[in-house]
Amino acid sequence: MVALPDSIDVESKQPLAGSRRWASSDEAKGLTLISPTLLYALALLFLPVLIVIAYSFWSQDYLTIDRSFTLENYRVALSEPIYRDLLWRSLTISLAVSLITVTFSYPVAWFISFHGGVHKNLWLFLITVPCWTSYLLRVMSWKVILGYQGVLNTGLMSIGLIDQPVTGLLYNSNAVIITLVHSWAAFAILPIYVSLEKIDRSLIEAAHDLGDNKVWSFLRVTLPLSLPGVISAFLIVMIPTVGDYVTPKLVGGKDGVMIATAIQAQFGKGANWPLGAALSVTTMVIVSAMAGCMVLALKLFVRRIK
Amino acid sequence: MSGRHGIRKSRWLPVYVTAYLAFLYLPILLLPVFSFNNAASTTFPLAGFTTKWYASLWGNTAMLAAARNSLIVGICVSVLSTGLAICAARAVTRYKFRGQRAATGLLMAPLFLPEIIVAVSLLMIVLQLGLELSLATVILGQTVFCLPYALSVLISGFDGFDRSLEEASLDLGETAIGTFRRVTLPVVAPAIISSLLVSFTISLDEFILAFFLSGTEPTLPVYIWGQLRFAAKLPGVLALGSLMIALSIILITLAEILRRHAENRLKAGAAAHG
Repeated sequence: MVALPDSIDVESKQPLAGSRRWASSDEAKGLTLISPTLLYALALLFLPVLIVIAYSFWSQDYLTIDRSFTLENYRVALSEPIYRDLLWRSLTISLAVSLITVTFSYPVAWFISFHGGVHKNLWLFLITVPCWTSYLLRVMSWKVILGYQGVLNTGLMSIGLIDQPVTGLLYNSNAVIITLVHSWAAFAILPIYVSLEKIDRSLIEAAHDLGDNKVWSFLRVTLPLSLPGVISAFLIVMIPTVGDYVTPKLVGGKDGVMIATAIQAQFGKGANWPLGAALSVTTMVIVSAMAGCMVLALKLFVRRIK
Repeated sequence: MSGRHGIRKSRWLPVYVTAYLAFLYLPILLLPVFSFNNAASTTFPLAGFTTKWYASLWGNTAMLAAARNSLIVGICVSVLSTGLAICAARAVTRYKFRGQRAATGLLMAPLFLPEIIVAVSLLMIVLQLGLELSLATVILGQTVFCLPYALSVLISGFDGFDRSLEEASLDLGETAIGTFRRVTLPVVAPAIISSLLVSFTISLDEFILAFFLSGTEPTLPVYIWGQLRFAAKLPGVLALGSLMIALSIILITLAEILRRHAENRLKAGAAAHG
């Protein structure tokens, strides 16, 4: 270390003392402590996403990347019928999945929060356990259940409910939706449960005392107060679902293909990175906008009935 | 019938919740059932009990290699993501600083992103840098993906931590490192182990990132993906899958027990301080 010269003037000492005080402040300590994690996430999450966005405005000629700005990839992504159809289907499926998951999960979260008693933690644990097992295996299991010669068909036949296997269980959008609803159940229940737990129970009692029946007190008190949980449940289900790759591949068949398959193809043999990047960005932007609209609609709906 | 708080309990709700649980557990219970079934197809009625599909796993060198890869990746990912999450969780629970929300938001972002986009973006940056796809790239990618989970476990574990204990230790002349080792660590250890277990489980089961980033060394889910094309391989996959499901459930149960243990201890500590 080089010693500082004695002839340092007062003006330059002042900010030094200031920065030293800053260095021992909570702010500096907090930032120093979080910096390794933050740098990691910046390097391996933020930067890669920026690169995807940059690529989406470039073009590729065989193996060389042309870095001049172009919107051609977006034109292809939005106008080619195949991508438009895949995008449309992915969005409808993710909307359906999030609506169904949130609707069917809400009563379960409600039950645990209001009637879970001393075993709330156990209930929550039971609900989340399946979610920690391999997602690939669960999707595979649905394939085994819904197949033509699958568990459901052969099971129903062996107890004599049906004579012939039912077709149309597997390899379509419905199979994709069932499987995805199953995958995301716990992710919807947890945020709703957390927001239900925060509700002051005396408010609901008050609504009862003031003559609201069960349905009205739910619509006017419980639902609005649990809205933050419902919203995060929507977001946490809808956005990741739109880019699901495994489920459509395994149970979707021809009619259940989603956008992730097209994205993957651009990074595999088809190898057109800029187009793959543009497809990714387009999907993200549209699904975020759609999620935003859903959130807004929910808020408006709740304000109406309040 | 009336529950507490004057909120009436419907008779149908418990039935509904039971049906919901059955729906959740059906797929993961079916795999073990058919893994012991003495037939190559998954049809009812069952054809009798056998353990031959499990026995066939032992001689399967490709599967064993994939299991070894998964173990390496799982251990590295859990240590790396827990280490990084310890720093972040401690910073967030102990200090107030500008940009705290933005920083936490970034770390939690993988929860709200389609996994394929995370995978594709990592693939691009890895190839751009001229790196070879290997287990190391899987480890780097899965760590990003595990961070939100490790972080939530650790933040809730650190949240109720009583700072006056540390201050007392420092006042009594213990060094910062000594304080961490002898005061802080024993209190937060259950949360840390819980985070390690959760991250390991996620890594073990994670498919998309491993699929994109693993190159020629598959992890178990990538190996299974390759086997799914062959109908004849299904029973072996069912046996392997059942083992993986059992392992996941054991690990996650351990993590939950530890987490609750830590929670109770923090509560007891808070109660003692009044």
